Amino acid sequence: MDAKDILGLPKTPLSITQEKKSRPQKDSQRKPDGISREVYALTGGVAPLMPSIDVSQLKRRPPSDEKITWQWLPFTSSARKDNLQLYHWARDYSFAKYNKSVDVIRYTDEEYEKHLTDPKWTKEETDQLFDLCERFDLRFIIIADRFPTPRTVEELKDRYYSVSRTILVARAPSPGEVAGHPLVKEPYNVTQEIERKRALSMVLSQTKHQERKDAEVLAEAKRIAESRMAARAAEEPDLPIASDIGPESAERAVGPGDTISPSNVQVPAPAAAPSTSLRVYLRTYALEQMVQAASSSAGLRTIKRVEQTLQDLEVNLKPKVPTKAVCAEHLELRKEILTLLNLQKQLQYKEAEGSSFRDGSYGDMPGSAKRSQRAADQDRTFVLDTISFGVIPGDRGVKREQKRKGPGRASETSSSPAGAHKRPRKMKASDL
Amino acid sequence: MGKPEDGEKKKKIKDVEISVPIVYGNAAFWLGKKASDYQSHKWTVYVRGATNEDLSVVVKQVVFQLHSSFNNPTRVVDSAPFELSESGWGEFEIAITLFFHNDVCEKPLNLYHHLKLYPEDESGPMSTKKPVVMESYEEIVFTEPSESFLARVQNHPAVTLPRLPAGFILPPPVPVEDESKRKRGDTKDHPLSQWFLNFSEADELLQLAAARQQVQAHIAKLKRQISMTGRNNQQFKPL
Repeated sequence: MDAKDILGLPKTPLSITQEKKSRPQKDSQRKPDGISREVYALTGGVAPLMPSIDVSQLKRRPPSDEKITWQWLPFTSSARKDNLQLYHWARDYSFAKYNKSVDVIRYTDEEYEKHLTDPKWTKEETDQLFDLCERFDLRFIIIADRFPTPRTVEELKDRYYSVSRTILVARAPSPGEVAGHPLVKEPYNVTQEIERKRALSMVLSQTKHQERKDAEVLAEAKRIAESRMAARAAEEPDLPIASDIGPESAERAVGPGDTISPSNVQVPAPAAAPSTSLRVYLRTYALEQMVQAASSSAGLRTIKRVEQTLQDLEVNLKPKVPTKAVCAEHLELRKEILTLLNLQKQLQYKEAEGSSFRDGSYGDMPGSAKRSQRAADQDRTFVLDTISFGVIPGDRGVKREQKRKGPGRASETSSSPAGAHKRPRKMKASDL
Repeated sequence: MGKPEDGEKKKKIKDVEISVPIVYGNAAFWLGKKASDYQSHKWTVYVRGATNEDLSVVVKQVVFQLHSSFNNPTRVVDSAPFELSESGWGEFEIAITLFFHNDVCEKPLNLYHHLKLYPEDESGPMSTKKPVVMESYEEIVFTEPSESFLARVQNHPAVTLPRLPAGFILPPPVPVEDESKRKRGDTKDHPLSQWFLNFSEADELLQLAAARQQVQAHIAKLKRQISMTGRNNQQFKPL
């Protein structure tokens, strides 16, 4: 029964065979075995180029190679009032395989006297520690909580691991035999652990500002390292690494066990940045690095706005004559433009705040349609004032004044007043 | 480490920065009637001192890496003027590698120049007399120059030394060999010198200063507006 039947159209022999042929093909293509159609559709629908999920895995039962044993066990039913004991087959507890415990090494009293005495630990305390370790499977947070005398987690760990290590080594027939044991191979380093946790908590409690600064500094370090790698064409045995950050030390600074605090990442301030660490460099390259560093915390849109402003000011995005003085001025100009854009945003927010207070509609967001009109109007006058860069001393200034199309349009170019960022930016600098 | 006697020469001097202003690029002449399909232009790619001074006091050798369709695309130029002339029809990127003297810098430096044959204005007439020129200004900065390098260049016009820190004693200048005996490496009278572009930092500095002034004025204005708006908002704040 299909459309043709309903319409009463004759079925041509060709179409019948086609249907017959295509249907089984389409069927196997469309409906996968093992899971229902809806579930399959969730994974991206019909016929992925490469199946992202192995369909056969979806309805698999637990691996049958597990040891499942059955035991003929007695039981009593709680529903019966007599104590009739019946028997039945019971499967072993399937979760028993998860009941692992740690092999805590227990020392004898003689061993304690011989190897394990320590000025900071009494035997009683050490015994208590080991009891707790065994009981709580080396969950030191719990052990520290339950420990009778106040001890830090690091102290407890230190005592446990050094005692275990000493016992292992003492009991081993030869030192070589235990050299491979993890307790022997990697001794617990208290100071390093304390330092690591301190650094971790510092990173966790960083303010947003701090975070941004760190990202900046790290990006700078990475760039210096990369540019140094690039500049290093051949082996340089006598090349002194002037700055403290080389590719190796940069990695060490962020590696485990070391502090991640910014004070330890010794990178020269962005102003001096790559210039002081590379011995020979091209000035345009250095300027590029410094520009990137200065705008590392800015988003892509902000960077585009900076470039647009530079164009409006008739300044080359990349200086045509990059001398030392020119590069310095260029960098300063970019920084000042960033400041300018930030202040504009600040002003917009203040304005929006003001509007919401006046309206009495505190719930509105700055960009909402209802108020954006008025806010935009207000902004336009301010923005016009600030972005009218058409007045430049010299002939070119006069020409550009004449070309400017009108107050309303000028505001659309660089900055985005409250509602304007929703409109596509069609204006170009040349339109001014 | 180098040999003991090299150690003296290679002693690094901190706080002094030597910068070498250069210009690199190409000039291309259309061959007009003599142009064929594969040789429509005759062009020269070069690296010169920004004021056309001789760069060989700093640069030992320049290698121009041409498009692979050229025979022996790696062209080595051992003496100033560091240039290479060829003929062809296509525009492509040329990798220019500068090798410096041992006491200047042991690593080479790379510049990239896109060969320009055709004028900006595509519709305009092409001339066989006036070449299409594309040049880029760059400065190579040597921080911590070696003593011998500094001694060699301290009075050389191709090199810029900044104001030296107070009390700095320059190493004794190396006596310059007789100028006339050496082949001229400067490009002051180079056949192409009439087409060289002029790079003046004064214009750019002026533009930048004017721009900064404008931006600073607007910043001041915004700050005033922000504080004013803040005060206005105070009146309307909900209780």
